Amino acid sequence: MQLDNLIIKFQQKDKAAFETLYTMYAENICGVINVIVKDAERSEELCQDVFVKIWEKSDQYDTSKGRFFTWILNIARNAAIDEVRSKTHKNQKKNLSVDSLVGIYENSEDLNGKMDTIGLQSLLKGLKDKCIKLIDLLYFKGYTQKEAAKELNAPVGTIKTRIRSCISTIRKNMA
Amino acid sequence: MDVKEYIASGILELYVAGTLSPEENLEVQHYALQYPEIQQEIEAIEKAILALTKTASPKMPKNSFAKIKAEIEDVIPFTPEATKRKDTSSWSTYLGWAASILLAVGLFWMYSENSKLKSEIELTNQENQGLQNILSDTQEEISIKENLLQQLRDKNVTVIALGGQAVSPTSYAKAYWNKEESKVIIDAQGLPEPPDGFTYQVWSLKLDPLTPTSIGLLADFAAMDSKLFTLDNANESEAFGITLEPEGGSESPTLEQLYTLGAVGS
Repeated sequence: MQLDNLIIKFQQKDKAAFETLYTMYAENICGVINVIVKDAERSEELCQDVFVKIWEKSDQYDTSKGRFFTWILNIARNAAIDEVRSKTHKNQKKNLSVDSLVGIYENSEDLNGKMDTIGLQSLLKGLKDKCIKLIDLLYFKGYTQKEAAKELNAPVGTIKTRIRSCISTIRKNMA
Repeated sequence: MDVKEYIASGILELYVAGTLSPEENLEVQHYALQYPEIQQEIEAIEKAILALTKTASPKMPKNSFAKIKAEIEDVIPFTPEATKRKDTSSWSTYLGWAASILLAVGLFWMYSENSKLKSEIELTNQENQGLQNILSDTQEEISIKENLLQQLRDKNVTVIALGGQAVSPTSYAKAYWNKEESKVIIDAQGLPEPPDGFTYQVWSLKLDPLTPTSIGLLADFAAMDSKLFTLDNANESEAFGITLEPEGGSESPTLEQLYTLGAVGS
């Protein structure tokens, strides 16, 4: 209920409400961007742009777009993916690799020494590579069920049940 | 509606990921309002994703909101000086103000109508896309099923019913063995889901003397909706058996864990 009120106030351009929402979700949004962009400094800048965009677009949010977090997650993903595909970034020879989350998990490939890799690993403990890849595709890269199935060479019908069991493992790891 | 089944389907995970169509989103919201269990489940899933994404965050400076605040304040320029400038205002200035306010209101109205229409078009496009996705998914599923039916109907296929054994008398399975193509399709719908760390292993058996040969595992059992598994079998099998083995399978079958067994008829 409290969240609903915050969102209503935010849509009425209440800056204090917006700041509360920022405090609630900034780390998550910046985290998603960081996994895609793989550059802490650039991610922070981009993250800021994304929140300005969220403020400007506040009237475009409605419940047919799902949870509020899901809506801002989508805006952040799109901005980060655009960034990686843009020319400025190509010069740095980084690409939108499919297995970024798997890489971080397995090699503790901490992009810039700023991530909580221990936390990440304890949440992903016991998950198969396939699971981590699927989480990466659906939550970090914004793939649809069908696109994810194609990428993983799996029948579309299995994606839903598989992501259910993957997220359940994370929930067990949290407990 | 079966709430447990709805939750178990995994649709709520996709809802949080934001990969559902607008119609499906509305459906989920509708159920979430109706069934508190669904609302709680959505929040729990979101919590897991929040925990995960948070770990990837670059450590941010404490006052990171300040910059954003400065930027969003720029967006609404307001000049208070204009009100101070003149005390001597004539009717013509009022008229000017009134006209410009009227114009601004008009422009704003047109702008909002326009953006309303744009968002309606966008929604319709999204709906179309959603329906197209559903259609192509369904077509794909149909073609997979037709293909399967074709395989089962092949004249070279022998059907072997595998009955439940002492460990699990209610279990059953069927083997569709195509000797020509050395393939056997196992229909494992009648087997319970294996416990964590275990997997079903299928054995081809020679009866005299009893020699089991592994022909494969029923891998990813829980994820396989159809519960149909295709395995290679070039053996001269006289019977088929399915046992429960530790993950990865075993060299020889654990007979106490024999779930189903059936002999090949002549």
